Amino acid sequence: MDLRYDRQTRLSQFGPGGQAALAASKVLVVGLGGLGIPVVQYLNAMGVGVLGLVDHDKVELHNLQRQVLYSEKDLGKSKISVAEEKLNQQNSNTQLNLYDTFLTRDNALEIISNYDIVVDATDNFPTRYLINDACVILNKPFVYGALHAFEGHVSLFNYQNGPTYRCLYPTMPNAEEVPDCNENGVLGVVPGIIGTLQALEVVKAMTGIGEPLSGKLLLFDGLSQNSTKIKFKLNPNNLNIKELQGSYESMECLLVPEISAQAYQAKRNSDQAICLIDVRTTKEFANHHLAEARNYPLKDLKTEINLDEQNKVVYVICQSGKRSAKAVAQLQKKYPQISFYSVVGGMNKMTSLITQS
Amino acid sequence: MTILLFGITKDIVGSSTLSVPTSSITNRTIPKTVSELKKCLGDTYPELNKLSSLAVAVNNAYAEDDQLINAFDEIALIPPVSGG
Repeated sequence: MDLRYDRQTRLSQFGPGGQAALAASKVLVVGLGGLGIPVVQYLNAMGVGVLGLVDHDKVELHNLQRQVLYSEKDLGKSKISVAEEKLNQQNSNTQLNLYDTFLTRDNALEIISNYDIVVDATDNFPTRYLINDACVILNKPFVYGALHAFEGHVSLFNYQNGPTYRCLYPTMPNAEEVPDCNENGVLGVVPGIIGTLQALEVVKAMTGIGEPLSGKLLLFDGLSQNSTKIKFKLNPNNLNIKELQGSYESMECLLVPEISAQAYQAKRNSDQAICLIDVRTTKEFANHHLAEARNYPLKDLKTEINLDEQNKVVYVICQSGKRSAKAVAQLQKKYPQISFYSVVGGMNKMTSLITQS
Repeated sequence: MTILLFGITKDIVGSSTLSVPTSSITNRTIPKTVSELKKCLGDTYPELNKLSSLAVAVNNAYAEDDQLINAFDEIALIPPVSGG
């Protein structure tokens, strides 16, 4: 056996058989962010045969505190190309399949069908439910990982007819219920821990060692170092998915009028007066905001906003563009005489534009 | 009755655990099922009512709304989390 893997093949429970099983396995990792990075680094190092990578984002400055594969010189490059280069340097034996796209209802079944197991390393509910449904349809297991602040959740779903994500959470929460990392923040090391646990579950599922985390949700709290496991059962109805839903976006993510960050920056540079609403939290706003912005946090929009109805056009911004799209949908109903536009890419994009110029 | 809080429920309540009085001395209705507990907590913390998908575990096992609970049970509120 290859000297390269000597330190793991000498483990009697893993052995050359475990190594051969890993080399024969095809793993798809959806998302090359905080969770996906440790997953791909460890699986690649340990000798997984085929590693599929799905992401369409570029490396941004605020990624670097937790996405430790990327470095300062990678800023602005596509994550998938940086990951390809670095994973190739790390282990040239792995076959890397690159999908420079987001996972969508139109490509999910085709992409996933080529793999033995999927790693959900995404950062949003629509893609998590899409992965669940596609894996149920194709009868593929998937390793789930998700974060909230100092806390992480891990499980192995749809493994040998075991329970699925929908057995824990039958329907997708609506967009306003639960904040994402952009809104809520995440401590850099926590995705490293949770992603590494996901990599371990992939190795166990592919080689048959240990007890897979099927029918158990692992809850990890970084602040107390407490780990709790919750048992849950299969609801057989959740295996009866025959086709993907028509859409996985929640209703409020329906298309809203948008303006690109570049076009908005051009408006700022012109002399005309502009009205910009920043819908991030007061804390985020206090930390950093555009000079012309007024702060109306998304959660208060329904009650507290007092808009000057003289404005014909109002621009709406948040950190990444998700909350501003929701805000535009809400505001447009309330003020039909005003035209609202969501700034695409939000403060992330504006900040990088302003730094560049 | 001790309740462990996860995800956004921790932020809503402002603590990682919560103790629900189960003695009749307090003159409050004592929750006897998971759904009664949810209702009781929702009255105190209305933000909890906004969570459409909230898993509840009793003694480390996922529990349906009609499951009976008692003062010695350890309950966990586990909303879905989405960060990555």
